[in-house]
Amino acid sequence: MIMDKSSKKIDAKTIRRDFPMYAAKSGRPFVFLDSAASSQTPLQVLKAMDGFYRRCRANVHRGMYAASEQATEKYEAARRRVAEFIGSAPQEIIFTRGATESLNLLAHTLSKRLKAGDEVVLTVMEHHSNLVPWQQLAKRQGFGLKFVGLTPEMTLDMDAAKKLITPATKVVSVTHISNAIGTVNPVRELAALAHARGAVIIVDAAQSAGHRPLNVTDLDCDFLAFSGHKMLGPTGVGVLYGRRRLLDGLEPFLFGGDMILEVSLEDAVWNELPWKFEAGTPNIAGVIGLGAAVDYLNVVGLNSIRDHERALTAYALEKISGIAKVTVYGPPAGVDRGGVVSFTVGDIHPHDLSTILAEQGVCVRGGHHCAMPLMRYLKINGTTRASFSLYTSRQDIDALCRAIEKAKKIFKI
Amino acid sequence: MSRKATKPAGHGVSRDIEIIYQENILDHYRHPHNFGGLADASFNRREANYSCGDEVELFVKLDGRGRVVEARFQGRGCAISQAATSMLTDHIIGLTKKEMVELDADDVAELLGVVVGPSRLRCATLGLKALQAGLESGTDKK
Repeated sequence: MIMDKSSKKIDAKTIRRDFPMYAAKSGRPFVFLDSAASSQTPLQVLKAMDGFYRRCRANVHRGMYAASEQATEKYEAARRRVAEFIGSAPQEIIFTRGATESLNLLAHTLSKRLKAGDEVVLTVMEHHSNLVPWQQLAKRQGFGLKFVGLTPEMTLDMDAAKKLITPATKVVSVTHISNAIGTVNPVRELAALAHARGAVIIVDAAQSAGHRPLNVTDLDCDFLAFSGHKMLGPTGVGVLYGRRRLLDGLEPFLFGGDMILEVSLEDAVWNELPWKFEAGTPNIAGVIGLGAAVDYLNVVGLNSIRDHERALTAYALEKISGIAKVTVYGPPAGVDRGGVVSFTVGDIHPHDLSTILAEQGVCVRGGHHCAMPLMRYLKINGTTRASFSLYTSRQDIDALCRAIEKAKKIFKI
Repeated sequence: MSRKATKPAGHGVSRDIEIIYQENILDHYRHPHNFGGLADASFNRREANYSCGDEVELFVKLDGRGRVVEARFQGRGCAISQAATSMLTDHIIGLTKKEMVELDADDVAELLGVVVGPSRLRCATLGLKALQAGLESGTDKK
C-alpha cells in the first residue's frame, strides 16, 4: 500500500497523554486491546461535553434564549464536522444512539417497501446488528435474505456476490470491516453490483470510522452507519448517513418532538432533513463530544492512524501467529485488514483465555463478537480478539504475547 | 453439603489465576465425568450462556424415592462451565430433589475449590441452572 503523503508517524506514548484512562491505571498493567468493542476517550472530548453541561446546558432547536442558541450551534456544528468527516452534506447526517440504531432505522424504513420475491443481500460476517433486524423483518414481511460467503482466505467471495445480487435484490447491506476477523470488504465493487441491479447499498462502518479515511463518494454507498464510542467519542451516540434523495423518500422511524413541523389531532407534517429522523431531545452532549472526537482524529490524521494500525496489525500477526498452538483467523498477512487480530490457543476456550489475559492486565474480547453465524461458518465456538487504535503500541502486543505464553503454561499446552 | 468458608463471588476474595485453573478443573475440562446423553432420564435440560457460547445439557435419572441414580451431561464451552457441570454430575448422585433445589453458587465454588470472579459466575453455575430448571419444570421443550 502506498503511504499517503500526509501520513505522520504516531507515537502512542505521546497520544496516551490525552487519554485519562492511561493515567488512571498507571502503576498497574493496563494493556488495552479492545478498541473494536469500544475505544478510549481523549480529554478533548470530555472537555467539550463538560463545556456543554457547564456553559450552555439547554435543549436544542427550541429556546429563544442564549444558552439554547449556543447548544443548538454546538450541536449543528458537530453535524457539519461529521458531514465533512465522511464527505457528505450536513442534511445527510442523522444522529442516532449508535450504529445499531442506525441499521435498525434503515431496516425498518426500507423494508416497508419490500414484499415476497424481493431480496436483501448480506454477508455471513455481519455483526448481529446488521443481521437480526433484516432477519426479523424478513419473517414479518416475507422478503428473502441471501448471504455472501467467504473465500478460503477469509475475504468476501465476490464471485458469489455477483451471482447473489440479482434483479430481485433491493438492498445490499455489508460491513466495511469485519469486527470479528478484520476482513475489509470491497464496498465500491459491491456498490457497483448493487446499483447495476437498481438496489441500494448500506455500509456498516462501525469498525472503519476513525481508523481510516472514510468518504461516501469514494465508497459510492447509499447509506453508512457508525458509532461514536468506537471512534474516541462518547457512548450513546451514532451516525446514519443517507443520500439526500433516498432519505427524503423514507418515512420517519420514530415519532415525537423535533421531527415534526405541524401537528393536528388527526395528522402531522414531518420536519425536513435531517431532523425528520431525530425524534425527541437528542444526545446533545454526546453529539458535541462526537464532534470533538472528529476534530481530534483530524488533528492526528486519518492516514496516520490507518498506517499506525496497519503497522501494528502486521507486527501482531507476525508475533501472534509465531506462537505454537495458536491459530489466527482472518485474511493472511499482506491482505488489507482492519486493526483486529482474532485467534485461538490450543483447546483453551476464549473466555478462559481472556480471563487469564485480564489477570495480567491485558484487556481483550473473547467469544463470538456478536457474529455467531460467522463463528459457525468458521466451525469454531469463538475467538479471542485483540484490536488496535491510535494509542496502541508494539509493547502492548509484546505484553499480549507474554500473557498468551502464560495461559499456555497454566493450561499445560 | 457442608458450608466451608466460601464467600459470594466478587466480594474482595483474592483470586490467583493459577488457582482458578488448577489441576482438577483442567482434568474435568479435558476429561469430563459422566459425559454423554441418557435415554431413560427422568428429565433433561439444556441451558446456555449465549453471550459466552457455553452450553450444557443435563440428563438426570431419579429412582422411585426421588433420589438421583444417574446424571450425565453433554456440552461445550469454557473450562469453568464444563468442569463445574462435570463435578456436579458426580456430586448429585444420591441427592433428593429438595437437596438439589437447595444447592447454590457457594456449593459450586466448593466443588470447584475456588471462587470465580463475577464475570465468570454464570459459567460456574450453568450446570446448576440446568439442574434446577429441570427440577422445576421438567424436560425443556425448546
